[in-house]
Amino acid sequence: MTGAPLSTSRRELTGWGRTASSACDVARVRCAEDVDQVLASAAAGGRSVVARGLARSYGDAAQCAGGIVVDTTGLDVVLDADLDTGLVRVEAGTSLDALMRSFVPHGWFVPVSPGTRYVTVGGAIAADIHGKNHHRDGSFCSYVTRLSLATPSGRVEVSPGGDPELFWATAGGMGLTGIVVEATIQMRPVESATMLVDTERAHSLDDCLARMEERDATYRYSVAWIDCLARGAKLGRAVLTRAEHARLDDLPPDRRRQALHFDPRVRAQVPVTPPSGLLNPMTVAAFNELWFRKAPRMRVAQLQTIATYFHPLDTVGAWNRLYGPRGFVQYQFVVPFGAEDALRAVLTRLSEGRVASFLAVLKRFGVQDPGPISFPTEGWTLALDLPVGPAVLGPLLDALDETVAAAGGRVYLAKDCRLRPDLLETMYPRLAQWRAVRDKVDPAGMFVSDLSRRLGLLGTRRPRRPSRTRRSPARPKQGATP
Amino acid sequence: MGMPQTALVVGGTSDIARAVLRALVARRLRRIVLVGRDEIGLAASAKELQALGADEVVTLTLDVTDLALVPVVVRDACTRLGQVDLALVAAGMLGDQAGDEADPEAVARVLCTNLTGPAAVITALATVLRVQGHGRIVVLSSVAGMRVRRANYIYGASKAGIDAFAQGAAESLRGTGASLMIVRPGWVATRMTQGRDPAPFATTPDAVAADVVTGMERSAPVVWSPGVLRFVFAVMRLLPAALWRRLPG
Repeated sequence: MTGAPLSTSRRELTGWGRTASSACDVARVRCAEDVDQVLASAAAGGRSVVARGLARSYGDAAQCAGGIVVDTTGLDVVLDADLDTGLVRVEAGTSLDALMRSFVPHGWFVPVSPGTRYVTVGGAIAADIHGKNHHRDGSFCSYVTRLSLATPSGRVEVSPGGDPELFWATAGGMGLTGIVVEATIQMRPVESATMLVDTERAHSLDDCLARMEERDATYRYSVAWIDCLARGAKLGRAVLTRAEHARLDDLPPDRRRQALHFDPRVRAQVPVTPPSGLLNPMTVAAFNELWFRKAPRMRVAQLQTIATYFHPLDTVGAWNRLYGPRGFVQYQFVVPFGAEDALRAVLTRLSEGRVASFLAVLKRFGVQDPGPISFPTEGWTLALDLPVGPAVLGPLLDALDETVAAAGGRVYLAKDCRLRPDLLETMYPRLAQWRAVRDKVDPAGMFVSDLSRRLGLLGTRRPRRPSRTRRSPARPKQGATP
Repeated sequence: MGMPQTALVVGGTSDIARAVLRALVARRLRRIVLVGRDEIGLAASAKELQALGADEVVTLTLDVTDLALVPVVVRDACTRLGQVDLALVAAGMLGDQAGDEADPEAVARVLCTNLTGPAAVITALATVLRVQGHGRIVVLSSVAGMRVRRANYIYGASKAGIDAFAQGAAESLRGTGASLMIVRPGWVATRMTQGRDPAPFATTPDAVAADVVTGMERSAPVVWSPGVLRFVFAVMRLLPAALWRRLPG
């Protein structure tokens, strides 16, 4: 399988939000040795490298303008599985979809599932992804028992016990410590492929927060959909859906024999990109109204499939196209418990700015794992899909960043395409610790992404030259003509 | 959506360019190379931008009509920035239509400053951005080039030329990660238009800058400023010559 030099092809890439495009030389690898080969030739040529899986990160994390992008989706072999313990060893390009299709029928579900099945294990580690069970179970890397990392100095086996520093720098490290080529994951035992879902409406943000605080602990999975366009007293009205894996006894007798059947389908495909502006405050407000009213005031123990509960958007292929050629921003942040005012301030500003957010999702994060720049920290996390277009959007998001940072929160790098670099260290206070570990494993700074360049994640930006003139502390009002 | 953090500006003393830079520094622009022929003016622009919060502003002298120097200075400017997020091509002059009409050399000077020089600059920039795999070129065109008028046909022709060139360059950059945006302002109150009567839909450099920033966020291929001019000129271009000739302004 090895030997032949790998060819690359120049391609223009964007993240799932289809915003920041850049052209990269894409190397499609088929085995771990291919990855080693790419890294060796990149080192020889002084090229920058980053890995890319199924490209579900929304911003520019999985691309490297002018550099080499290692497409890992060809690394999709399940290497080993112990159906008694639920430990599976897979190549890093294996998707969570493949993991579920292979192992749910055997009674093993992924430990953490994001809103889509179409992410790779490598990407799940690089972003230390979370799901609707973070308040209970933490994030993905807590279930990774071992990983194999291709670095400029060769492949290293990393486990949380053996090399905790490198392991946790890789967890949520946005692919900048190396390329994960394989990983061992502890799956979660389930008795069925069905979810037992409780749905309820909340009529305001306070109502929603109170309901979540009160009863989230009794559910494994919990999520609230928020209507961001509702105003006044209705601000933050929500539909809560909380769930457990259904046990065999929960299923009607006729479904028990097929309890672990799992075969979700893509039911529709967005074939073309419609013009931007289809999703605007008017259409989104109409949708939100419908969605809110469609939800039952209270319904207990409804049986839903895994796909319906976790991955509703996966039934529509290429749904990101609906936002048109301008694309969209997914803005996700977390603020600590106690900073509910910041949450309220964000929702108020969005609602007042009439910035349409289709599918705003609120969750509670539990205890943070040890990853120094892993996103999930204890608190409230809100994710918003915002179509690019309104002139107010950019400045509005810049202002929201300030609110989030001041509240001790942070934005999710896997979704970012626009954060102001000045705020990075405030949001990620353990950045220096992460950089120290990263620099040891990649001293030449081979691993670079558009994200890392834009935010100065690696901390190796050019030293500033002394200013020629003194900077005045006060900034004149914008728009003033001299 | 990502606002530029580095910018190269050719025509660094242009009022519109300065307004765009001020708006961008307020967002997150930090390192800038200003290129132009007026050293004193460049220094003043640099000082203003640093006062607004830019970390580093370097000035380089270049007359875009000095075609042999264009690629050298553009390369130098790009190297200084490392990564070029934005390249703004704003070099231009209005000329003196009445005085220049009978002076072949003066006509050539306007065309060279507004068309030949900027076209060379765009070419040099496109080469760098192709390799880099990202970055946006923004070219200041003008509605004067949309349909040329008797009253300013030298300037109008030069803008028509650079607009057409930029459209072609934008197409050539498709799929390279880099892009090019054309800006077509109407009558803008600047030093260039000082002492002249404003045309209908007159605007200011800061208003143009705001439209440019929004256009960048939307990855628009063309920005009209004010936006209504897109529709005005859709009609203007179809007017019979007899009517067009009689229009005021």
